[in-house]
Amino acid sequence: MAKFTYLKSRLMPLKINDIDTDQIIPARFLKAIDKNGMGANLFADWRYESDGNPNKEFVLNKTQYSGAKILLAGDNFGCGSSREHAPWALTGFGFSAVISTSFADIFKNNALKNGLLPIIVDPIVHKAIFTMVENDPNYEVEIDLASQLLKLPDGKNISFPINEFSKTCLLNGVDELGYIMGFEKEISDFETRLN
Amino acid sequence: MPKTMFEKVWDAHIVTQQPNSPAILYIDLHLIHEVTSPQAFTGLRQRGLKVRRPERTIATMDHSISTHDPKIPISDPLAAAQIKQIELNTSEFGIRLYNMESEHRGIVHVIGPEMGYTQPGMTIVCGDSHTATHGAFGSLAFGIGTSEVEHVLATQCLLQTKPKTFEVKVEGKISKGVTAKDIILALIARIGVGGGTGHVFEFTGSAIRDLSMEERMTICNMSIEAGARAGMVAPDEVTFAYLKDRENSPKGKDWDPKVEYWKSLPSDPDAAFDKTITLDAFSIEPMITYGTNPGMGIKITECVPDPANFSGEEIMNQKIALEKSLTYMGLEPGKPLIGKKVDVVFIGSCTNSRISDLRLAASIINGKKVSLDTLVLVVPGSQAVKTQAEKEGLDQIFKNAGAEWREPGCSMCIAMNGDQLQPGQYAVSTSNRNFEGRQGKGGRTFLVSPLTAAAAAVTGQITDVRTML
Ligand code: SF4
Repeated sequence: MAKFTYLKSRLMPLKINDIDTDQIIPARFLKAIDKNGMGANLFADWRYESDGNPNKEFVLNKTQYSGAKILLAGDNFGCGSSREHAPWALTGFGFSAVISTSFADIFKNNALKNGLLPIIVDPIVHKAIFTMVENDPNYEVEIDLASQLLKLPDGKNISFPINEFSKTCLLNGVDELGYIMGFEKEISDFETRLN
Repeated sequence: MPKTMFEKVWDAHIVTQQPNSPAILYIDLHLIHEVTSPQAFTGLRQRGLKVRRPERTIATMDHSISTHDPKIPISDPLAAAQIKQIELNTSEFGIRLYNMESEHRGIVHVIGPEMGYTQPGMTIVCGDSHTATHGAFGSLAFGIGTSEVEHVLATQCLLQTKPKTFEVKVEGKISKGVTAKDIILALIARIGVGGGTGHVFEFTGSAIRDLSMEERMTICNMSIEAGARAGMVAPDEVTFAYLKDRENSPKGKDWDPKVEYWKSLPSDPDAAFDKTITLDAFSIEPMITYGTNPGMGIKITECVPDPANFSGEEIMNQKIALEKSLTYMGLEPGKPLIGKKVDVVFIGSCTNSRISDLRLAASIINGKKVSLDTLVLVVPGSQAVKTQAEKEGLDQIFKNAGAEWREPGCSMCIAMNGDQLQPGQYAVSTSNRNFEGRQGKGGRTFLVSPLTAAAAAVTGQITDVRTML
């Protein structure tokens, strides 16, 4: 898994609540058998017109935000299905973090396993950042994972929650499978008790 | 310490719990399907790993398969490749697959219970959020991502942070024309699509005890639509009767001790939940969604909410969301839904495609014709459901009425297989998600019960089924 330690970036504002995984990546793109290439279909139904041309109104197509590595989304991001294709599409497009007031459980778990950092902020901070980004597309923030701080340009430091375990995994680029496999003896003992 | 049912099952499956780390949880049963598993097998190959306990994983193909004659090859090359891949993966790693030729094939959450794989007290996972369905048996069942599918294949374990508990008490009797689907839609309308986030529901109360296993499955199935990781119902005599003599149920002298164990699972009387909510079953009416998430639901006799009635800073976001979804749905605020013309009626999905659902739908359609302007699709959840329905003559009822009787699969629930809405079309659907484009790009979905769907099939419009009973 890719490491995540520090990021400085502009933000892409997507002010919609309850964005579900069918919007992040519609089901018809789930027929792929590998993880690559999902970025091209991120938010496909919002991003492209029916003739396949980019929808100029949609924020992903606005040049002033292009290259932003942080998605600033509305409340309850990622509800719906368990498809890991959602974080694959987000990272495939170039995002490394998503900021919202809350995340659906499965999405959050999937994101953390793919080096995509879900950052939860309170509604007041959330709203303030939206205002700044909408007024100034060059507004930049810093994310320092070790200290769990979202640093705003005005000098404010906002701390965000993340469980210790996921944080360690992200900082070191360690994946969970290796961790579980380290407990081979405990798993075997458990299986013996089962039988 | 008194424990909830969730805590009992959770504690019994902890392999180890290190300080400041999630628990390593042992998984009893792992279900896989063609869409969320291929990358997991690629991961195993890349690391040179085997499947630790192949007998604890079962596989089927349900999402991208055609619901027309299975002998006709799938025309979509991507879907065909995905089907081929699961054949290859399961044969290489020694996993049992219920493939297109199998008489047991069907939607993964329909066949697990049907074959007796799903049992009380188990931990069950699948790369699919509606795994919550299996919680109807008092198992802890939840959806996982593809990385986790790989973890389970390799280690039969998962890393999990302990969720909180949420008791949903439904007391009293439900009225005629009201089904399990209406109970769960009423709950989600009340607490919202994020209302259960971080929690596992336990459904309790007299109205839940009155439900059949299939109805309990419908309720647990949609727990995820309220954001909950899982939903559970305590096992009881209804559960045991359902499981008796199923293909993979305990047999002979193994049965009684198992039932004894299952009887120890229900929450202790004084166990504490982190949250509780009570619904009055009698006040629940047939429900319908009007918007673009399952929480946007109303009683079928009510009017579509009006964004103009929303004011105040903190609900601004809700107002924007409502306006956006009404625009997508092409609905006028403040107007009733009854009488609205529908283009398609879909009766199917892991929420409502079991035999009892088809019986409900057939009871309304029997002897009538479906509306000429409405395409009506009836898609059984599994081969077994299809066979049983045909034995009872339900297929004839649907066909004589002019509905299409299809082969089992997910079909228009997710619209991956060519069964899909055209842009702008309205569907009344017994499935579980009304997200934008879920049933086809630009398609508009109203979620309802099988009874309400059947009523719409006959009249061609949104109809209060109670007028037809
Ligand atoms: S029927 Fe629908 S919700 Fe159920 S497993 Fe299939 S696609 Fe998912």
